[in-house]
Amino acid sequence: MLDRRLIFNFDWPTLVTAFLISAIGVVNIYSSTHPHSGAATPLYLKQVYWTVLSFGLAFLVLAFDYRTFVRLSYPFYLFCLLLLILVIFFGRSSSGSQRWLQLGVFSFQPSELTKIALILAMTRFFTEREMPRGHGMRDLAVPFLMVGLPSLLIFRQPDLGTVVLLMAIFLSVLVFVEVRFKTWAVLGAGVAVILPTLWHFLKDYQKNRLLTFINPDLDPLRTGYHITQSKIAVGSGTIFGKGFLHGTQSQLHFLPEQHTDFIFSVLAEEWGFLGCFILLFLLLFLISRGLKIAKTSKDRAGATLAIGITAMLFWQTFINVGMVVGILPVVGIPLPLVSYGGTAMVTNLMGIGMLMNISMRRFMLSP
Amino acid sequence: MRLKLDKRETPEIQKAFLAANILIVVAFSLIFSRLWYLQILNGEYFKGLSENNRIRIQEIAAPRGTLFDRNGVPLVNSFPSFDVSIYRQDVPDMKALIPVLTRVLSLDPLRLRARLEGARGIPPHQPLKIKTDIPRRELAAVETRRMDLPGVVVNVVIRRNYPYKNLASHLIGYLGEVSEHELGMEEFVNHKLGYLVGKYGIEQKFELELMGESGGRQIEVNALGQKIRVLGQVEPSPGNSVHLTLDLELQKAAEKAMAGKQGAVVVMNPQNGDILAMASKPDFDPNLFARGISPDNWKSILDNPARPLQNRAIQGQYPPGSIFKILVAMAGLEEKLITPETTFQCTGSYPFGNREYQCWKKEGHGQVNLRKALVESCDIYFYQLGMRLGVNRIAKYASAAGLGTPTGFPLGLEKTGLVPTSSWKMKRFGVPWQGGENLSIAIGQGYYLATPLQIACTLSALFNGGKYYQPRIVQGVRAPDGEVRREYPPLVLRNILISPETIEFVREALWEAVHSPAGTGGRAKVEGFNIAGKTGTSQVIQRKEGKPEPIPAELQDHAWFACFAPAFSPEIVVVVLVEHGGGGGSAAAPLAKKILETYHRRGKKDHPSPARVAVQRSVRRPDEG
Repeated sequence: MLDRRLIFNFDWPTLVTAFLISAIGVVNIYSSTHPHSGAATPLYLKQVYWTVLSFGLAFLVLAFDYRTFVRLSYPFYLFCLLLLILVIFFGRSSSGSQRWLQLGVFSFQPSELTKIALILAMTRFFTEREMPRGHGMRDLAVPFLMVGLPSLLIFRQPDLGTVVLLMAIFLSVLVFVEVRFKTWAVLGAGVAVILPTLWHFLKDYQKNRLLTFINPDLDPLRTGYHITQSKIAVGSGTIFGKGFLHGTQSQLHFLPEQHTDFIFSVLAEEWGFLGCFILLFLLLFLISRGLKIAKTSKDRAGATLAIGITAMLFWQTFINVGMVVGILPVVGIPLPLVSYGGTAMVTNLMGIGMLMNISMRRFMLSP
Repeated sequence: MRLKLDKRETPEIQKAFLAANILIVVAFSLIFSRLWYLQILNGEYFKGLSENNRIRIQEIAAPRGTLFDRNGVPLVNSFPSFDVSIYRQDVPDMKALIPVLTRVLSLDPLRLRARLEGARGIPPHQPLKIKTDIPRRELAAVETRRMDLPGVVVNVVIRRNYPYKNLASHLIGYLGEVSEHELGMEEFVNHKLGYLVGKYGIEQKFELELMGESGGRQIEVNALGQKIRVLGQVEPSPGNSVHLTLDLELQKAAEKAMAGKQGAVVVMNPQNGDILAMASKPDFDPNLFARGISPDNWKSILDNPARPLQNRAIQGQYPPGSIFKILVAMAGLEEKLITPETTFQCTGSYPFGNREYQCWKKEGHGQVNLRKALVESCDIYFYQLGMRLGVNRIAKYASAAGLGTPTGFPLGLEKTGLVPTSSWKMKRFGVPWQGGENLSIAIGQGYYLATPLQIACTLSALFNGGKYYQPRIVQGVRAPDGEVRREYPPLVLRNILISPETIEFVREALWEAVHSPAGTGGRAKVEGFNIAGKTGTSQVIQRKEGKPEPIPAELQDHAWFACFAPAFSPEIVVVVLVEHGGGGGSAAAPLAKKILETYHRRGKKDHPSPARVAVQRSVRRPDEG
């Protein structure tokens, strides 16, 4: 299977970039959960274990032609749906939402895996159905269902961030599969109708977060306070930062979820503009690399798959950092490869494994 | 499935790639320029804010809901008090601060050090309370020496006040610091250590209604920890008010009548089960708790042998004594073992087995019919009736009338009392029921036990037409704007089926017990008011016959008086129990009289409809009360 050409074409830059970003993540998780107390495994160490496991999985992904994964995408997608349904009945709750499945000692989030499952399923669907005149509204019924079903299940967990992300991935892929102009217009009108309806189904705290983003004075005690504190943390890092473990905001635990969704503020405070620049540059490199892989892929499946994964990485990065620096509302989306979280790590590195897979096999034209 | 190998690079796809590239560039530029703005243009400003974290959340406690009596008179209010806390991160030199602080606040330096030592685990940006409810003098001292006290802040706290002090303390209850256990409960998620929550009585039962939701403000402080400006504020939402069935005037009368005594009073509306007054003595002052009770005060309350925290009206179980004759008389009539005309001879004592059973009147009542037996409380008559009825038939009527079961008092904690039967005794003691015991229970002695509230409920039910109401202490809960949140309508728990002839006969006899010269309840008489009542004296120890000996105070008999008025359409039931008070007629009836006088004097004209008044009053904010 792995012949010499594959090794010759191995995508070192992507691998190294992903590794560097993960390392930055561990360093910041170490700082944000400092001091480490108690007998339980510290979070940064858990993250190291997950990272090692995820890189292992990424290598495993490389061993098979990515088209194999595309072929298996529908069963995998259904499996993920099943897991999401299981979450409703057996899920573990934490701070008001039910997102985790407990498997022995470790728990994982099926909603994370769903991202990859959706991308693969869409890839298969659009690869099998090529519309010379572009896709019309009726052709898109199945993809709508593909994104709609898991979104509903995740929405009621509730996990608004992941729903937003699934939508963003879905729309990004649509841009690349030739949808008729008229269909885009209908879609736009549909979204304009659905969004206000959706508002009624949001939990109070979710509405609050969105409203508070528009007007921070609405909730100065909770979300508003967090936004303010996050801005102070980021801004106070200035050019060179306060130094590792010297961030006053993060060391005093002013920020909520500072090792998960708000990890970027810890980096910004302790490593300054310079640290932010390096991390963002690495992420930007990874994303544009993904886009390039999509462009140079020799088949439709590879291109669509690469677009989906790149969209996933891009939107997570943009929404998360935008939220931390206060230009986007607070929705719970982690920073890829950096935020603490095992399932997210596995999902993102499996995605990156697929990207490398497509990149490696771009000269292999065997069916 | 076919996966196509060819990929057409249509112009549309090329445009899509271009769009994606532009999007990525724009998105990252946005982020970079925002970072530039925050970290480079305004970095120094944010750095200043982050030092000692200058943005803080200050809590604004929610005003606790008010308790109102049935006429809308507030039973609690609140007043501002001042607490002193330290933000340790703002203290440049703790060693220099401690002497100043201990002098200004007259604190024990050792205790303060211990407090600081113990707070090691609490992050230094969180305030640490060091003294609560400081006097005005100390407040002035702290304010004038602001510059010597960096990091020291004074917070205004609304403290609950009970203007009537000990009045109805067992019903109102008291507050205390939230416990670790309570903090783990879902309804207290927003509570922090040091919060006061209801620990007893209405304050506890209605905690979730009364507590409200605290607000807060986000402030920016200077390097000394002093407020520079308010960045945002959320108003607290005050708690709901609880409207009681108590009538403050009657409650005051009851408390006054019982002053210095040990025992309980229950005043009830027999037509709906409303508790108009309930007092238990000794009592306590809930204000001691609201200010954080001192260990000495707490110890003195706990160690008091008279147990002031016990609500005797629901937790004190006493033999009902001669009050029980009401039920035995009814049982006799209903079972057709006697008629009103049946007579017995009372010579002052009655031999049974190898014992002489005494009447309270040593010289005897002579020829006694049922009316006279009730009016003059002749024991001999009831000994003989008790013998004919037997324990189990008496128990049947006692149980049907509500004795031996909890009344359903909404604040809980009540005792059930006891209705003995022969099988109960067998099970409990393994000994069969003795014939002589029928005599004892016929006059409410022996194993029979009842709480004052049970007596009040049973009396209400017997003479209101047979409806046994659940005692009601809370009419409803209202939001601060007056909107009704919860209502507790009167509730009939069961019906008592006793023939009207029997009831009316006993009713007349009880009227006579108060109004005829020979009646035992004469001292309860109120001019112009038709009162019907029964005295009771329950023995604490079995006395040797005929030997008058000085009895120590703690072994004196308990005095009972239970009555209702007007006799033929009762509006009010009063039950008085005085522990170790002596005879019911002399010790308890005069106390009931004082309460009945208050009720009668007020009359109906200045006693407006409670519902209407409650609506009017509750429109006011509780903190204005």
